[in-house]
Amino acid sequence: MPDTATHDAAVPPALHHDTAREGFAAFISPAHRRRYWIALVCLLLVGLAFCLGILAWDNPLPFGTRGFWRIAESRATSVVVIAIVAVSQAMATVAFQTAANNRIITPSIMGFESLYVLIQTSVVYFLGAVGVTAIQGLPQYAMQVGLMVLFALGLYGWLLSGKYGNVQIMLLIGIVLGGGLGSVSTFMQRLLAPSDFDVLSARLFGSVSNADASYFPLAVPLCALATVALYLHSRKLNILSLGKDVTTNLGLKHRRELMLTLFWVSVLMAVSTSLIGPMTFLGFLVAILAYQFSDTYDHRYVFPMAVLIGFAVLAGAYFLLKNVFYAEGAVSIIIELVGGTVFLVVILRRGRL
Amino acid sequence: MIQLGKLFKDYGSGTSIGPVDLEIPPGGVTALVGPNGAGKSTLLTMMGRLLGPDAGTVVIGGHDVTTTHPRKLATVVSTLRQENHFTARLTVRQLVALGRFPYTRGRINREDERIISESIEFFDLGSLQNRYLDQLSGGQRQRAYVAMVLCQETDYLLLDEPLNNLDMRHSVHMMHHLRRVADELGRTVLIVLHDVNFASHYSDWICAVKEGKVVEFGTPEEIMTDETLTRVFETPVTCHDGPSGRLAVYY
Ligand SMILES: Nc1ncnc2c1ncn2[C@@H]1O[C@H](COP(=O)(O)OP(=O)(O)O)[C@@H](O)[C@H]1O
Ligand SMILES: [Mg+2]
Repeated sequence: MPDTATHDAAVPPALHHDTAREGFAAFISPAHRRRYWIALVCLLLVGLAFCLGILAWDNPLPFGTRGFWRIAESRATSVVVIAIVAVSQAMATVAFQTAANNRIITPSIMGFESLYVLIQTSVVYFLGAVGVTAIQGLPQYAMQVGLMVLFALGLYGWLLSGKYGNVQIMLLIGIVLGGGLGSVSTFMQRLLAPSDFDVLSARLFGSVSNADASYFPLAVPLCALATVALYLHSRKLNILSLGKDVTTNLGLKHRRELMLTLFWVSVLMAVSTSLIGPMTFLGFLVAILAYQFSDTYDHRYVFPMAVLIGFAVLAGAYFLLKNVFYAEGAVSIIIELVGGTVFLVVILRRGRL
Repeated sequence: MIQLGKLFKDYGSGTSIGPVDLEIPPGGVTALVGPNGAGKSTLLTMMGRLLGPDAGTVVIGGHDVTTTHPRKLATVVSTLRQENHFTARLTVRQLVALGRFPYTRGRINREDERIISESIEFFDLGSLQNRYLDQLSGGQRQRAYVAMVLCQETDYLLLDEPLNNLDMRHSVHMMHHLRRVADELGRTVLIVLHDVNFASHYSDWICAVKEGKVVEFGTPEEIMTDETLTRVFETPVTCHDGPSGRLAVYY
């Protein structure tokens, strides 16, 4: 191509080299790249600080003694729970928003949480307050996760396979279904005895203390597996985020990629929701902040940012509530409150999503 | 060669496109013209397997688009739709680089960088390459999209109204480039054009579509007649010999 050749010749070699390097960068300039890494390291430090705080703060025994470690060990359960939930919600929400080509929805409105609420409510409804203890345990946890994944796959598979199947219709039906399941639960709750209702509402409240360390043998590997799978999928997700046409044009099977992504998303959502209950706003907040802080479309960078933000936010909220306000049960309330405010500020300052 | 066999799409409620039987010769530029709603975009997106037909076959360069492996097909044919809207926030260079995906699976090497830079320079986007798409004018964005499709280096290029939003200089520049892509690289360009005069001057073949059917296929000399254009566009058109090919006057 003569035109291009002459143009290239006119560009000094050094300059040309620079422009050539920028293409495979996920960031528009070295300054952006630097900002990304600084933000990531800061978040890591903040996360670690809260982590240490949760383990060591207010530990009545002197540092280093055996008693100190025993208390720290028991608190480590909370740290692991926070890590699982943060990783799951962050990865799931970013991947889901990419698959859905929409940055204001989260997988939790797609019926996951309503299903969780329905399962819990039915158990209390049919078995009474003793039912709550009956659904605690590893096999029961496995069943609940399995049920939620199956529900999600059935829903997605059915909605995306039809002739008119597309993502928008899937979202719409998912939301309606979620609302429907929610109403069924509400109706059943009305019929409960007040004491049963009390027991139930404690379970339905997203709370780190709901979690049970005996679930870890299943929750940790599932969460790790799904996270690695999604991360390795990053380059395809970069394409998927541009929609069906571009994806197809670039040689990917859109529906296959979509189903695969939604499968891992549903695994993560099921693991997290079954572990601690609904956390509607966390994923939302984390994803919006992750896009803001990483300032790139490249999932290889957005994912780690989202995970660290999720951990810092959740660990921070838990630490503050536990040690300052003595209300560790209210983590989800605080996250929704703070999250909502941050979200509004971000939107208003940027003027776009 | 692009071969369409009884290609048909039913949109329901009385709107259907086809069945269309058509052979578009390899090499050269073929223009699709016709009134709004004639079915040009529908035909083009079915050829580019972005829209599933209800019946019929599309064979491009010997590859049946429904059975060929998608990854292989992505190195044979690339399609640009009329409307493009992305949620992800990309710069011009990042967008153009995506065109290399079928070859690199996202791992860009130095040779890819060269091709990306070439496509960018060609469409005058060098100074804009680190701008986000939402910071560009419509015409600049349009050029970035075409640069991306070109970067895919396929034998067949399907472009739906790529001159949308372009000023005179850039329209001519783009047609010039597409002409060279066809002549020098032997690629086949199928392009939906709004302006029959652009079709007349820059294309080897003109395919006129009306009410979901192909009503004319021929060289610009054959199509650029008063009678044919008046019939296709349902508006009085007169054709005149211009300094470089036939010109249609309709105002
Ligand atoms: N998704 C759709 N659903 C229903 N009808 C459609 C759809 N897309 C296009 N049509 C109809 O099909 C016809 C052809 O549309 P199109 O191929 O976009 O025409 P052109 O590109 O030639 O202007 C029009 O009548 C249009 O209204
Ligand atoms: Mg059209």
